[in-house]
Amino acid sequence: MTQAVVHPHAKVKRATKSSWVGLAVIVVLLLVAPAVPYLVDKGTQGSLVTLFSLIVMATMWNLLAGYGGMLSVGQQAYIGIGAYALVYIADTVGIDPFMAVPIAVVIAGLISFPISFLAFRLTGGYFAIGTWVIAVVVMEIVQQVPALGGGIGVTFNGFSDLTPGRRIAYVYWLSLVGVALAVAVTYWIMRSRLGLGFTAIRDDATAAASLGVRVTRSKRFVFVVAAMGCGLAGAMIAANTLRVQPDSIFSVNYAVFMIFIVVIGGIGTIEGPIVGAVVFFALQQWLSDLGAWYLVILGLLAIVITLFLPRGLWGLLSGNGRIRLFPVGYRLVPPVAILDVTHEPAPATSEG
Amino acid sequence: MQWLNAIIQGVLLGGLYALLAAGLSLMFGVMRIVNLAHGALAMLAAYIGLVIVQGTGVSPFLAMVAVVPIMAGVGYLLQWGVFNRALRVGGLAPLLAAFGLAVVLTQLLQLKFTSDSQSLQTGSLSIASIQISDDISIGVLPLITFGVGVVVIAALQVFISKAPLGRAMRAASDDPETVPLMGIDNRQVYALSTAIALGTVGLAGMFLAVRGNFDPNYGQAMLIFAFEAVIIGGLGSLWGTLAGGMVLGVAQALGSQVNPSYGVLVGNLVFLAILAFRPSGLLPKAVTA
Repeated sequence: MTQAVVHPHAKVKRATKSSWVGLAVIVVLLLVAPAVPYLVDKGTQGSLVTLFSLIVMATMWNLLAGYGGMLSVGQQAYIGIGAYALVYIADTVGIDPFMAVPIAVVIAGLISFPISFLAFRLTGGYFAIGTWVIAVVVMEIVQQVPALGGGIGVTFNGFSDLTPGRRIAYVYWLSLVGVALAVAVTYWIMRSRLGLGFTAIRDDATAAASLGVRVTRSKRFVFVVAAMGCGLAGAMIAANTLRVQPDSIFSVNYAVFMIFIVVIGGIGTIEGPIVGAVVFFALQQWLSDLGAWYLVILGLLAIVITLFLPRGLWGLLSGNGRIRLFPVGYRLVPPVAILDVTHEPAPATSEG
Repeated sequence: MQWLNAIIQGVLLGGLYALLAAGLSLMFGVMRIVNLAHGALAMLAAYIGLVIVQGTGVSPFLAMVAVVPIMAGVGYLLQWGVFNRALRVGGLAPLLAAFGLAVVLTQLLQLKFTSDSQSLQTGSLSIASIQISDDISIGVLPLITFGVGVVVIAALQVFISKAPLGRAMRAASDDPETVPLMGIDNRQVYALSTAIALGTVGLAGMFLAVRGNFDPNYGQAMLIFAFEAVIIGGLGSLWGTLAGGMVLGVAQALGSQVNPSYGVLVGNLVFLAILAFRPSGLLPKAVTA
């Protein structure tokens, strides 16, 4: 940070050269990605859907923890709600599965709103375990509902009139739209007034509040958005695996995955969770022969990165934020090129 | 009378939850670290106990004499190796490091000992009970567990308020910037606090292990109960934690009395009700830890 006297000709910019490159890469990806079902087999498409669901949940967790400072260990509650809501609405109510997905997402958001009032009683680490308890309670309640298959779970039949090849292609396209939306919404939030507010809250919550930032309301908004995103991920998982069981869909492992992905990729950046999800997915495939060892290796990696590389792999790749594919901060471009004052949303540094 | 019996069992169970929660409260009180690896560490203690008992054939109670100092050593090293650095990084780092540790530890235990249930036998003690009436009998083992929980909490309370190290711990908690000016190294105070906390985790893990079956994931499930005991009782109060543990234990026992599958759910709902209607807990800040 440099103390710069703002010259009349100084400009405030958001995008950098790298973000135009980033935009080009994203445009190319969005043009190529829809053609994938014509190019690769069903198994690969299924794996890509899994990768997309990981990116969605990690992006949402990053929104909560990286920007909002809320470390949740209970996002699996909304993954499960999204999955169960999709199956129930499509199979029992009889709505078209593709229409049922957005409804499931809205349901996850609606349920998270009252839950936020309970969870926000707690901060920091107690918030973390509190969200975990809530996820366990949601699971225990679902297990008591016979219409949702009780402890056994339900099978998803919404796609039974499609051939397997067609089904997986549809689910792939659905997930592609889902992951693009999740990243786009996060980008939009962080570029908006709200994102600026979060940067202020992170730096000093009291000062931000005194300047008129509605701290609790902003956090609640992000909490609900993150629940909707995780609901989407849950619906994607259910559409991909066609089977929803309470023990696995509400598994705390999903929380473990999202936390490791974000920490490894780089907390507090939009690129980080994407990089982290790709690395996590590659390691998971590569180390699959080692069984549970992959979680040990990932866990140790996450601890080492937390302690020694708090900006994660993306921080390393981007030269500590010099490359920005998603420009969410502000840069002051002074007439004299040596002064460069950046103001960039970075990892939350204070708890709660 | 069955209901009275359920209440008594619940109260005794609360002592175990409070024993597990004591270390959690201590670390939070001194360093503001919520140790998400607490349950996994309790299982580490249980498996160390299992190895000692199987290797030497001593009773689990004798094994505790070794397990507690081993866990205290683990805590000391953990603080210097991981948490002191995480505190310096700041922000969410201590929580993230603790969470990573919980996963790694649980997975390592699973790799070494599989996820099959284990148990530590205490021979005739495990079935010994004091018959009070036809319906009410108090198990000797739950009674001992409860007693140990109360003694540990009382000892911690006295230690924190009277001992020189306890004073340093309170000072490091209240004003970490000023404490080094008095010639005290915060990091060393933190390391000793974590050592004491993990010593109590060692005890808690062993009592969990002699109470019934355990597996590597069991500790994290118990961590949730310990945490609920802390919140129900009120943050920052060790006696509150004991009260919270008893409330939770009674709620679970009564829930199980209605339907065996309701026990945990009823306990969780009581916790959520406290969170909704009395978020500062039953005994808020009675005595700060």
